[in-house]
Amino acid sequence: MPFGINETMGQYSELFMLLAAGTYTVAFIAFAWDLAKSSKALRAVDLKAAQAGTAARVPVGAGVATGSAGGRLSGPADRAERPSSSTAKAGGAGTDGIVTAGGDMKYAAERRVPARVAVALTTLAVLIHAAGVVTRALGAGRVPWGNMYEFLTTGAFLVAAVFLLSLVRRDLRFLGTFVVGLVIIMMVAASVAFWTPVGHLVPALQSYWLVIHVSIAVLSSALFTLTFAMSALQLVQSHRQKTVAAGGTDKLGFMRLVPSALSLENLSYRINAIAFIGWTFTLMFGAIWAEKAWGRFWGWDTKEVWTFVIWVVYAGYLHARATRGWTGTRAAWLSIVGYFCVIFNFTIVNTLFNGLHSYSGL
Amino acid sequence: MSERVNVKKKQSAPVAEAKAQAALPALGPKGMLRWAWTQLTSMRTALFLLLLLAVAAVPGSLFPQRPANPAVVTQYIKDHPDYGKLLDSLQLYDVYSSAWFSAIYLLLFISLIGCVVPRAIAHYKAMRSQPPRTPQRLSRLPEYGTLVIPSGAAIPSSDAINGAARVLRKRGYRVEVRDADGALPSLGAERGFMKEVGNLVFHTSLIGVLVSVAAGGLFGYSGQRILVEGDTFVNTLVGYDQFNPGTNFQPSQLQPYSLQLDKFNITFDRESKGKFGQPIDFAATVTTKENPDAPPKQETLKVNDPVSLGGTSIYLTGNGYAPVVTIRDGAGNVAMQGPVVAKLQGENYYSSVVIKVPDAQPDQLGFVGFFLPTAFVTDKNVSFSADPELFNPQLTLNSYYGDLGLNKGAPQNVFELDVKNLTPLNARNLAAGGITLAPGSTYTLPDGKGSISFDGVKRYIGVDIHHNPGQLSALVFALLAVAGLILSLYVNRRRVWVRTGTAADGRTMVEYGLLARGEDHRLAGEAAALRKLFAAEWQLPDEAVPGDAASAGAAPSQQSPSRAGDNVAGSVSTPAGPTGPKKDQ
Repeated sequence: MPFGINETMGQYSELFMLLAAGTYTVAFIAFAWDLAKSSKALRAVDLKAAQAGTAARVPVGAGVATGSAGGRLSGPADRAERPSSSTAKAGGAGTDGIVTAGGDMKYAAERRVPARVAVALTTLAVLIHAAGVVTRALGAGRVPWGNMYEFLTTGAFLVAAVFLLSLVRRDLRFLGTFVVGLVIIMMVAASVAFWTPVGHLVPALQSYWLVIHVSIAVLSSALFTLTFAMSALQLVQSHRQKTVAAGGTDKLGFMRLVPSALSLENLSYRINAIAFIGWTFTLMFGAIWAEKAWGRFWGWDTKEVWTFVIWVVYAGYLHARATRGWTGTRAAWLSIVGYFCVIFNFTIVNTLFNGLHSYSGL
Repeated sequence: MSERVNVKKKQSAPVAEAKAQAALPALGPKGMLRWAWTQLTSMRTALFLLLLLAVAAVPGSLFPQRPANPAVVTQYIKDHPDYGKLLDSLQLYDVYSSAWFSAIYLLLFISLIGCVVPRAIAHYKAMRSQPPRTPQRLSRLPEYGTLVIPSGAAIPSSDAINGAARVLRKRGYRVEVRDADGALPSLGAERGFMKEVGNLVFHTSLIGVLVSVAAGGLFGYSGQRILVEGDTFVNTLVGYDQFNPGTNFQPSQLQPYSLQLDKFNITFDRESKGKFGQPIDFAATVTTKENPDAPPKQETLKVNDPVSLGGTSIYLTGNGYAPVVTIRDGAGNVAMQGPVVAKLQGENYYSSVVIKVPDAQPDQLGFVGFFLPTAFVTDKNVSFSADPELFNPQLTLNSYYGDLGLNKGAPQNVFELDVKNLTPLNARNLAAGGITLAPGSTYTLPDGKGSISFDGVKRYIGVDIHHNPGQLSALVFALLAVAGLILSLYVNRRRVWVRTGTAADGRTMVEYGLLARGEDHRLAGEAAALRKLFAAEWQLPDEAVPGDAASAGAAPSQQSPSRAGDNVAGSVSTPAGPTGPKKDQ
């Protein structure tokens, strides 16, 4: 028998969710402020550098070179541009004369106060959000992903948490507005369109597979959300790089904070690879659960169809990365199309299509 | 496949023009076939087919599908007279068995086989051969570094190369030392063969999954049965209400086990406000026998918890109420006695009831109406069910007499009564009115046609019985596929070359280069790790080694004016032989 329902806990949860959404909104503003301010500051630095000429850079480079030359067997000059090398070397203050953030996405020395404020606020929001998710679980006496409201709120929590975790190792703060913006949209959609009070699970969902299958689905979706943000930025950055390379003016100054299109592509590929494995597990565990619940592991139910479509699109993305002429922009588009399928699968398929997965709780 | 690279290069305009003007030799049928095969197995085609498969799967979610629910398809065609038939001719109601969908995935799998087989052969050869020869200029590799062993350390270049080989072997590389006693000993090393193995396993396993699914369709079967409390199902063809055999099904496959429904319990939500009265637990107590002579065994059948019996799995898929009635005919004899399965129609088990009494004399009798577990009547005289449990059970019926049409042999839906040839006896608009019965009560039909008694209520369950022999192998192949996928994405195939030499002043110079096959963002990390291991092997002081900057990666030394090291290096980096090996990428 399931645990009892605790309505008070459910109400606390909603309060926490509301508070978290509010905090996210302030964090969003801080991230946007950071983009605006930092890009202005960067432009000012560039201007100064242009006036001072490039003289300042030469001695530094020469010093390093002489220091290291003693044991060098031969001097590779073009190593930084080799494509098959690590992402750490792609991008940076590139040779095409356009300014992007460092391709290694490591933290630079300079202090970005608004960005720090934004990250602190996001951390606070994630903590409140965690309290909301936990109280929801306690209120319902089960895992907090039994209907669309819970899937969205828990999913949004994971998106924000994964983003914060990745910030520990990489400076991905340029993604902040995008990610936090998406989290806010998810929270609002959950509260407005999919709100459901705490309740028991229908018998069809009472299975340990709910814990396994859906948790992996939420996590993979959260990762796809991050790569969606990166792929979208990649398209913008690629457009900007092309424009500038062709002699156009750089109208998208805030994109200076964002790494080069190639670095974005490489990082989103790595995250997509993890998410694709996660989605493969989602598909497989879903099939195993379907066998347990409905007697067949695959039956082309609408949800199964779309889960399959998403899997195939991201499989196409992984293949595209190894196909000449399909890397870069086209691969980014595939990643974006894949994410739209994820959204479609969650919203339209759950609510408008008839199928065996109609447990939205609406 | 993840690292097939198309070697075709972009052609400049004049080249393309010249090509267009050149008279191409005729390919001939053999050449055409080879060309078609090359096209089909190319990466671009595979990618195109993959994306096409995604698009082709979508219509199956937009239109009702026959395998899932044939009745809905029939209704859909009726509701859309303008294009319903057209969609049918395009096989849009059978998307996943349609000619076009099958064509796409079959082509995709042929393309896949055409790719996997040559790659497997190539990889088998690669795994048995030695690492490629040492490139002449290691500095051209994406990761490159140098180390200097001081002359006092007494490590000649041949010892150094063997030391490097030890380090690399320990790290899982396959190593070949070349020219160990020559002036410029070198080694080639390679690791990460499991990447391609994983890749091949992944793609081969997908074929395995497809074959397993096909096998399940050929030799499997499934069926449905409704069981009222007390009923027994025996696994024979007549035991099923509906039976769907696979293409190669033989009735002898059915093991004659039996399953009796003893009791069915439902727990309803009495806690939450929004979902009050929703079922939260279904549990059927059943008695099973593996075969007619086996000892009986009591088991619990639940949603998400099927019962396995005689090679099949039995699933709880539906339930409802079955009012028990006794009907006497005009002659006063019992014409029918037992439970009647009521079909769910609306909320709170609001169900429809159809009773056909072909044995009634002198006239056959028919009843149509509703069963309500907790009957309530609104001000507007509309009755509804206020709760799913039996708080106020009620049968509301109209009755008919005449010929039910069952004697002609034409199959009829048990849940529908065709009243066309029947004469109404009871209805709201008739003088006699409708029949309303509570448990234990009896109603006498007008005109001496007989009577109906509502004796009580039982529950029934709907079970699905499935046998799929391809299931286990599909799971095994799926698991293999995931294992292969993980290997192919996270094992890195790397090559390392090391060359040593003795400088004029007696120092031993070491240079090394790394090359990744395929995407490898950790190559720089590997280079740093190797550098540390090499330094430890030759007991070089940590980080005091000149040439550090070369491996740090952060200093591209674009402006490096100095070639101070070149004269030292000169003796090392020049002669790698006249047949100097080229980089292989």
